[in-house]
Amino acid sequence: MTATLTPVKKRSALTKGQLPKAAPYIVLALALILGAAILALIGFNAFGWGIVSAILFTVGLVGWSAAVEGSRRAKDKLATCLVVGAFLISLLPLVSVIWTVLVKGLPGLLDPGFLGTSMNGVTGAFDNKSVENGAPVVGGIYHALIGTVQITLLATVISVPVGLLTSIYLVEYGDDRPLARAITFFVDVMTGIPSIVAGLFAAAFFFAVAGPGTKTGAVAAVALSVLMIPVVVRSSEEMLKIVPNELREAAYALGVRKWRTILKVVIPTAISGIASGVTLAIARVIGETAPILVTAGFATSINNNVFGGWMASLPTFIYTQILNPTSPSNPGPSDQRAWGAALVLIILVMLLNLAARLVARIFAPKAGR
Amino acid sequence: MSKRIDVKDLNVYYSKFLAVEDVNINIDAKSVTAFIGPSGCGKSTFLRTLNRMHEVIPGARVEGEVLLDGDNLYGPGVDPVTVRSQIGMVFQRPNPFPTMSIRDNVLAGVKLNNKKISKGDADALVERSLRGANLWNEVKDRLAKPGSGLSGGQQQRLCIARAIAVEPQVILMDEPCSALDPISTLAIEDLINELKDEYTVVIVTHNMQQAARVSDKTAFFNIAGTGKPGKLIEYGDTHTIFSNPTVKATEDYVSGRFG
Repeated sequence: MTATLTPVKKRSALTKGQLPKAAPYIVLALALILGAAILALIGFNAFGWGIVSAILFTVGLVGWSAAVEGSRRAKDKLATCLVVGAFLISLLPLVSVIWTVLVKGLPGLLDPGFLGTSMNGVTGAFDNKSVENGAPVVGGIYHALIGTVQITLLATVISVPVGLLTSIYLVEYGDDRPLARAITFFVDVMTGIPSIVAGLFAAAFFFAVAGPGTKTGAVAAVALSVLMIPVVVRSSEEMLKIVPNELREAAYALGVRKWRTILKVVIPTAISGIASGVTLAIARVIGETAPILVTAGFATSINNNVFGGWMASLPTFIYTQILNPTSPSNPGPSDQRAWGAALVLIILVMLLNLAARLVARIFAPKAGR
Repeated sequence: MSKRIDVKDLNVYYSKFLAVEDVNINIDAKSVTAFIGPSGCGKSTFLRTLNRMHEVIPGARVEGEVLLDGDNLYGPGVDPVTVRSQIGMVFQRPNPFPTMSIRDNVLAGVKLNNKKISKGDADALVERSLRGANLWNEVKDRLAKPGSGLSGGQQQRLCIARAIAVEPQVILMDEPCSALDPISTLAIEDLINELKDEYTVVIVTHNMQQAARVSDKTAFFNIAGTGKPGKLIEYGDTHTIFSNPTVKATEDYVSGRFG
């Protein structure tokens, strides 16, 4: 009887067994050690170590959790492991690319005159000298940088009005008419056009219009806008669609004409999304190589005229430097220049993405009291 | 500056579907008319035909006549934009333009139409409209702030100010208080009472007490069943409709026996 009187320290009916807070770290440490041991038996390599440890970690944590916490918590842990694992796998190539380009590209980028000079007059003799005597690597990407900026800018100037007006037609006037449906279909088809085909189209078009052999920055810009327009149409269309119909009706009810409503109400409301969509479209085409090769050729000297003469761009510069090194016997300096150009290209794309975010934030409708 | 509306034999369609059938109604100038009836009976649809907002929806069309002081809104050569600048509308959900400040929202009808207006005139118009909408004292110190920062009731009054800033003849209100709390609703009802001194007001409401409180005349719409067209069942003085209706369905509805 006395036993029933003393308060029994009973577990709350609402709690179950719980793993200690440090459980994932303990399992991780064990998995790493065990993984290293297994790999040591069959020949160690870092990649295999990561894979084996990840599997061991998942099995260990889920098993432990199932034993202590029950099956629901164990399933939760398994799902968490899978999600985090997928995230890490998707991150792997990105980190690897950025790391490789940084390591290989930095020497080229830090080379004095890399951003300020062209390849004009840089011959294999210079490269041989720099390899043999340790003379600094000469030549740079100024001409390619100019070309990339001019070609992309011109492509944007062509694509944005065409793309934006198309999306306005689709959203505001299309009404699911046959023409609107046809445009939507062909825009989808255009999204999938291989970039080399776009380049060939622009080249063939200008050969027919301006004579055979016409290769200028403008031809490349036309090729790029063929790739850019569907992206701009699609992103602007989505942005215009999410503008609430109530705002259009509010403007109509004030006696505002439809085109003014679109210009003054719909577009300003959607402008942040449109602008960031355009910026991402630019980032998408700035690294195109094939269409520029067949439309603008490859120049080694500075050409500031986008409408005349061959023009270099960063992707074609990389391509030619790797494929046809300036000095065939000593490709090292060309390699260094190519990786430097690749680094500059990646930095440009990153800046554009940052710009897209900034633009979206600047144009976003301001809330506040 | 207010005009009367006479509707003759109006049928309203969505593509082939007849939504509202054979409406005849005479709405007096400088009065408040309430449309009541169960959901889906075509009150809002009919209201939208009174300033040609109905045809904004693809496939929507109208047969019959709507006369604004004798001029047919649906006559040949009538520009719907002109109609809408004379007959303003306030919607169910407050919809101030999110990209504009409070001041610009009030001036939207002027600015969006690119009419030139001096700064002095604009300031006077903003103050007059906001005072007319009983909002001036609450927002006069933050006219440059975005309209979306206001409370729901304030936003709705901002929308009313925006509607009266274009100086319409008639103001249509489509359940203007259904998204608002009782205090904001009271503010808007007071406002409707003041507006009828200058404007013809037509209001759609689900709230029968509200119809009884604010309107001079009431129109009861009903629907025979799903898929059937809505009809105007009874129209008369609000007092009569609520105390002594002639049609059984009206009596059932206003006494709360259905709907």
